[in-house]
Amino acid sequence: MQATKLESTHVALGARMVPFAGWSMPVQYRGILDEARTVRTKAGLFDLGHMGRVQVKGPQAEAFLQRLQTNDAAAIPPGRIRYAMILNEQGLTQDDILVYRNPKNDGFFVVINAGNTPRDLAIMRDVAKRFDVVVDDCTATLGMIAIQGPLSQQITQRICKDDLAALKYYAWMETTVCGIPMTLSRTGYTGEDGFEVYVPNGNEPKVWAEFMAAGEGLGMTAIGLGARDTLRHEAGMPLYGHEIDETTNPLEAGLDWAVKMNHDFVGKTALEKVLAAGGTGRKLVGLTSASKRCPRQGYPLMKGGVQVGHVCSGNISPTLDTNIATAYVRTEFATPGTPLEFVVRDKPEPCVVAATPFYKRAR
Amino acid sequence: MRPTDRSYMKSHEWCKIENGIATIGITDFAVSHLSDLVFLDLPAKGASVTIGESFGEIESVKAVSSLYSPISGEVLDTNKDLPDNLEWLAQEPFAKAWMIKVKLTSKSPDLMTAAAYDAHCQAEG
Repeated sequence: MQATKLESTHVALGARMVPFAGWSMPVQYRGILDEARTVRTKAGLFDLGHMGRVQVKGPQAEAFLQRLQTNDAAAIPPGRIRYAMILNEQGLTQDDILVYRNPKNDGFFVVINAGNTPRDLAIMRDVAKRFDVVVDDCTATLGMIAIQGPLSQQITQRICKDDLAALKYYAWMETTVCGIPMTLSRTGYTGEDGFEVYVPNGNEPKVWAEFMAAGEGLGMTAIGLGARDTLRHEAGMPLYGHEIDETTNPLEAGLDWAVKMNHDFVGKTALEKVLAAGGTGRKLVGLTSASKRCPRQGYPLMKGGVQVGHVCSGNISPTLDTNIATAYVRTEFATPGTPLEFVVRDKPEPCVVAATPFYKRAR
Repeated sequence: MRPTDRSYMKSHEWCKIENGIATIGITDFAVSHLSDLVFLDLPAKGASVTIGESFGEIESVKAVSSLYSPISGEVLDTNKDLPDNLEWLAQEPFAKAWMIKVKLTSKSPDLMTAAAYDAHCQAEG
């Protein structure tokens, strides 16, 4: 089991630590619903040390990324970030990732899921054989901390040297945070405004403490992985192993906006076949349910006594005050407003297909 | 130390036997690890429960957990107000938040004393 450099910080805060993707991580500090509300109304601090972080450098870094992933790396300006997927030759999803072009245009940075890091690195090193590129796993040497919520900019500005108002969403820059040179992006996985910092040289405890000192008076607290899942789900963001995995392609998952067919990535031919066939016959949809039971991953979805899909993720949404879920359903039942039933312990419970994201912040 | 007038399961249910009737609930340790409880499903009166098998479900924000029976027998009564007052589980897991009363026919050989259960919880973290 791996531990981030903030392990003892979490324990001192009273976190419940659980194994997650081979890491010991805080699932909650006070309570999942309470923590989710704190992020929606104030701000929260997240340790993301478990996520994989990879630097890609060399003369063919861009060409390598064009082969590796679905988005158009050539179209990413310096200092900007894009969401993308790594597929296999069958067009099935191996991971969803963020691709950052360095602010100084001297290479790229890729953030990948903790649970997929070994496989992603193996894929990257395999693809890299055909390019003049260096793939450098810096997960162990570079920490990652996120602040999310409407007060994120106000709090972060207290400890960041540069003007954060000028930094656009899905952009990043080199700056100085609490006196330490590091990179900072305007990204996140909650549907709120916020930042993620990439902390060098084991400085995570110092940076965490300074964020806390800057934010505590404004109601900011530490947030665990439980609330992070609720927040991402409300905001309509997929989670690998739930909405997307090795059995799904990005088109049926509604992630076609992150797939650019103008370059030759692994899995493109398979996706062209899916497009030519008019899809796979199923689609990822949202569901809401006022039932006392919450739809959960794996529960069957029924229409007129026939199974028409299955649930990918289910959550009790503190923001919407109802049960929310995502599910793959046959395309003819994917229209918002379609009533379906999910089955829990052999009992059918009502739910309705709903548009996603369930939650969108006011801008 | 948790109450010594009853026995405990590794899976964090408790069982108090008086005059051939077992009262069953879940421990403070289970409640604190479940957190944010949202739903409780208990068996009907007259149902039979079996050692080590599920007699109901408790759902928290993130997961559904089965409740395992420490004993076998027939359900004589259930705490019918508990599903609508799940906060009792955090407040009084060993008293007001009892779940079912069962006419005992046999009990699990793996039941622990309060002291052994305390040690089990410490080991589990």
